[in-house]
Amino acid sequence: MLTALPAETASGVAAVRRPRRSRALWLIALIGALTVVMTLSLVIGTRAVALDDVWAALGGATDGFDRASVAKRVPRTLLAAVAGAALAVSGAVMQGVTRNPLADPGILGINTGASLAVVAGLAFFGLSAATSIVWVAISGAAVTALFVYTIGSLGRGGATPLKLALAGAATSAALASFITAVALPRGDIAANIRSWQIGGVGGGTFSSLGQVMPFLVVGLVVCLLSAKALNSLALGDDLAAGLGERVAVARGAAALGAVVLCGAATAVTGPIGFVGLVVPHACRLLTGVDHRWLLPYSALGGAVLLTASDVVGRVVARPAEIDVGIVTALIGAPFFIWIVRRSKVRAL
Amino acid sequence: MSAADVRDATRASSAIASAAHEVARARRARGRRRRTVIGVLVAAVVVVFVVSLMVGRTFYGPAEVLGVLLGHDVPGAGFTVGRLRLPRAVLAVAAGLCFGLGGVTFQTMLRNPLASPDIIGISSGASAAAAFAIITLSLDDAQVSAFAIVAGLAVAVLVYLLSKKGGVAGTRLVLIGIGIAAMLDSLTAYVLSGAAQWDLQEATRWLTGSLNGTSWPQVVPVLIALAVLTPVLLSQSRDLSVTQLGDDTASALGVRVDRTRLIVIVAAVGLISFATAACGPIAFVAFLSGPIAARIVGPNGSLLVPSALVGALLVLVADVVGQYALGTRFPVGVVTGVLGAPYLIYLIVRTNRAGGSL
Repeated sequence: MLTALPAETASGVAAVRRPRRSRALWLIALIGALTVVMTLSLVIGTRAVALDDVWAALGGATDGFDRASVAKRVPRTLLAAVAGAALAVSGAVMQGVTRNPLADPGILGINTGASLAVVAGLAFFGLSAATSIVWVAISGAAVTALFVYTIGSLGRGGATPLKLALAGAATSAALASFITAVALPRGDIAANIRSWQIGGVGGGTFSSLGQVMPFLVVGLVVCLLSAKALNSLALGDDLAAGLGERVAVARGAAALGAVVLCGAATAVTGPIGFVGLVVPHACRLLTGVDHRWLLPYSALGGAVLLTASDVVGRVVARPAEIDVGIVTALIGAPFFIWIVRRSKVRAL
Repeated sequence: MSAADVRDATRASSAIASAAHEVARARRARGRRRRTVIGVLVAAVVVVFVVSLMVGRTFYGPAEVLGVLLGHDVPGAGFTVGRLRLPRAVLAVAAGLCFGLGGVTFQTMLRNPLASPDIIGISSGASAAAAFAIITLSLDDAQVSAFAIVAGLAVAVLVYLLSKKGGVAGTRLVLIGIGIAAMLDSLTAYVLSGAAQWDLQEATRWLTGSLNGTSWPQVVPVLIALAVLTPVLLSQSRDLSVTQLGDDTASALGVRVDRTRLIVIVAAVGLISFATAACGPIAFVAFLSGPIAARIVGPNGSLLVPSALVGALLVLVADVVGQYALGTRFPVGVVTGVLGAPYLIYLIVRTNRAGGSL
């Protein structure tokens, strides 16, 4: 009897866990999808380019119109993939840290906070160096995250989805007004204000990408390292403490990683919403709730989603382009509504 | 009946009479407070309205402004005040009344202060439709208003249907509204980016609300909407208050709940949509007017009129502040956004502390 028990438990666990093979298959499928959308992103644009010209351009040739336009699309594609990965992982971690299905750096207003910090930095402190912009964006994201979470968790029931979403929406609206208020009197910023109101990846260059990469790598590593702690936190603070987790430290580290990721991404792309909401939920359907799988999956899924959205934005309004921030909101908001409808009222 | 019984009965009836007297006095006092508040609000709206006609690049005295208002031919002031400042100030008042009325109607009907039309996406819908009608289709003002109200009603129906799942839960309705609003705002941004270039003026109008460049043709539809729909709303205000007790109680008290609700929704969405078609969804005015009015009036009957006046005052003051107090000319929506959001956050904090409704 006693010897039979572990075997039974183990089989029970195996039934709950997804089979390792299907997880690996999905991972390969995601990598394949990423390859496809990144290729599409190089080929498709205002000007469609033949594949052999794409190859030539990737080899370094910039002669001719087609090759030159592909060369411009390379950093843009990389930026879309990297920013998508960062935002999705950031959203997955925020959902884990707050145990809140609606957490997303866009919905909670954190991206808008990062945006405002950058605009204020440009306007009042004469920032110009790209590195200091990243720092400012991350600080803005951190302050906003703390602020929204504090407001959302006051009172009965802690940080419920409604209180958090509402605090986020209110904060986001206020910060957006501040962005306009700061930028309007200053012609030089007002000319570029659009990129701080609506997120896009069109302005991506290798140098801006290089500036944020260190931050993104650090943020990603911190998040991946907290995956196990997030699994414990999902059981509730008491149980996590019982499992030997230092709850406050684990939660703080994970949140910091998430804030660095979305702040740094926003520093180059402007505020992009809903990627951090949609991707982790979709990935949970594929891998289950284990964060050690969920986070890498989300990174790949986010890269796929943002790159694909960017391609869609370039195709539907030819010859104009729609910023990727608009596309993700159009895709993401119905998804948000679907999650709200699915949840039980009591859970809200 | 003994003498003692008679004495007791007399005492009891006099106690009842004095209690009734007490109630009547309290009711009169409340009525007095309500009348005083409404009087003060009307006076404040008139004062700020006149001040907003006086100040500007050139200052005109009250006499000149009055002259223009009375239709006299005042050199200089005739154009600046009559053509530039007057339509703007009139639209500020009219739009403020619309937002105040529409906002408090939704908040009362859904018994949730968060369920105001600017939070649950109705203003965003009207705004997206208006931007589309003006920028993409180049329609005239009346057609733009028609577009806006159709979109506003469609969003109201959509939010209602989506949140209806075994009874409409307030929380779910608000969250779904937030999602719809986010989507519609990005649609507006899409319409705007279809314009030849990113026009910050237009963008601000349709995303946060602005009174810049107001002319009479824009104002007229809003005035007509006010004239038609305000009496409709006011005639339903008593039934609307009764529906707050719950559908069953309201039906028992003789209110035709569904009919009342339908009339009220159409009227409120109409007001919001016409105002939005003229000046964009001025941030937070619909949301704030009701709670502010409730605080200054107290629990003294319908909030419709006080809330409308608060709305008008908010828009007028914010526009004067935005234009002249800050060095740069800010659109009104930026000012109400900056001022209104802290109040919204304060309301959330206070509610969360108390654990009750706003």
